[in-house]
Amino acid sequence: MSLQDELYKETILDHYHCPRNHGVISGATLKQEGTNPLCGDELTLYIKLNNDTIEDIKIEAKGCSISMASSSMMTEAIIGQKIKNAQIIAHNFKDMMLNKGNDYVFNETNEDLNSLNGVKKYPVRIKCALLAWNTLLQSLEKDEAKAQGE
Amino acid sequence: MLDVKKIKRDFPILNHYIDGKPLVYLDNAATTQKPKVVIDAISNFYENYNANIHRGIHTLSQKATIAYEETRLNVQKFINAKSYQEIIFTRNTTESINLVAYSWARHNLKAGDEILLSQMEHHANLIPWYELAKEKQITLKYIPLTNDFRLDLSNIDNLLTPQTKLVSLTLMSNVLGTINDLTSIIQKAHALGALVLIDAAQAIAHMPIDVQKLNCDFLAFSFHKILGPTGVGVLWGRQKLLTDMPPFLTGGNMIASVYTDRATFNELPYKFEAGTPDIANVIASNEALNYLNAIGYADIMAHEKCLTAYALDILVKQENIILYGPNNTINRGSVISFNLNQIHPHDLGQVINDSGIAVRAGHHCCQPLMRQFNITGTIRASLYIYNDEADIDILAKTLQSAYKVMGHVVTR
Repeated sequence: MSLQDELYKETILDHYHCPRNHGVISGATLKQEGTNPLCGDELTLYIKLNNDTIEDIKIEAKGCSISMASSSMMTEAIIGQKIKNAQIIAHNFKDMMLNKGNDYVFNETNEDLNSLNGVKKYPVRIKCALLAWNTLLQSLEKDEAKAQGE
Repeated sequence: MLDVKKIKRDFPILNHYIDGKPLVYLDNAATTQKPKVVIDAISNFYENYNANIHRGIHTLSQKATIAYEETRLNVQKFINAKSYQEIIFTRNTTESINLVAYSWARHNLKAGDEILLSQMEHHANLIPWYELAKEKQITLKYIPLTNDFRLDLSNIDNLLTPQTKLVSLTLMSNVLGTINDLTSIIQKAHALGALVLIDAAQAIAHMPIDVQKLNCDFLAFSFHKILGPTGVGVLWGRQKLLTDMPPFLTGGNMIASVYTDRATFNELPYKFEAGTPDIANVIASNEALNYLNAIGYADIMAHEKCLTAYALDILVKQENIILYGPNNTINRGSVISFNLNQIHPHDLGQVINDSGIAVRAGHHCCQPLMRQFNITGTIRASLYIYNDEADIDILAKTLQSAYKVMGHVVTR
């Protein structure tokens, strides 16, 4: 398999060209911006919470195929999830991307995420794949901190 | 004309394969490859006469000192400086510019003074001035660009004012390939009493530099852009200016006499060379100069002009290509930036890499310039003496496959 076949798999290209849950939620519970200043990837994450459930999520993003595809896949993976579960999925994804020896495989529900495993071989692109997920975790942490403060 | 086939053989790295494809190295604006003579000079030093310089009485130290100073004398000739004392070795162009910012500018500029830069500067010629401007309430002004990616000098007489104390400009853009004719700006700056610093990091690889003819006051470049090792930069400055400037870094080697509470400083250029320098790489840099001198800039320039013309001709024919730089070879070097519409430069860079081609993808340390074009980056193919038309053909062929790889439906 050539490098580009591995990196630009059909699943990734599909999410890149037709990003899921792209857009804005007016009256979102959480709104968080994320950037990779060095490569110019930018996104704004909108989350609508219903108690501790992520009822809706949308992302407005601009960037390379990897960052666009990863954010699109993320929205599909965490929409409808409890916050705790979303955090677990995010940490599993980060583990998969950051640990060389980690061969974490997502189950059928989130199997699209496995397509990003190949990005690991390109260290400079890992941060593209992580942008949406780091932004999500940041946003949920802020929400938790706020809840504890109340 | 250059015998490119013969030149290629002098560069061991060009025999490498990237995933089974022969390496096509088109990232020369970032750093050039090194000929075997340069690589050998480094191991020769460590194997045969490694010693510290300027102090030991022993044979090895004397040999090392002579070789180190030999490079300085050769640099003096290379840029036609009046004296070896005007040649200061630094780590790189960035450090050379910082030396001027910390030593000359911090002691000579005051609130209300102005520094004139341009919109095509590398971060190395921006950030030192941002920091100084913040600290000293100095105003930074910028020469804008024309639509054909050159300095727009139509308003230069208003940009230069009696408050202008320094004009700091690149001689050749590392993104656009534009070569700037700075003659009139330097004249005008001097007439107002301002000094002129030239960032020659790119230019040095592509054209002969004569500091006396340029009539600038400081000039900075690095050896790794002209076939030399990394870790060696040069700052040239007028002797009078350098003499009056306080040291930048302090410590060993830059002193004359040291007491328990004070020190007197060494003479030029050693006043600005604190600590043990990168001796091996300075010595090997001399081999890079000898190698370039043996080829000669006349042939280098002729080769680059032909190759750039060939590349521009082929690239403009690619579908959906957007070029960032002059579309002809007049006052233009062999650095070519472009994008394919709708493909992120990092994706395109990856596709190009898959053909064994090394190009740079990104902002090229010129974020303000990228912002001006409203893009996050470009692909930059930069050509040098070991590149030929076949390299350009491989690049063009790869570009033709990019939309397919990225899954775009190409509409015509």
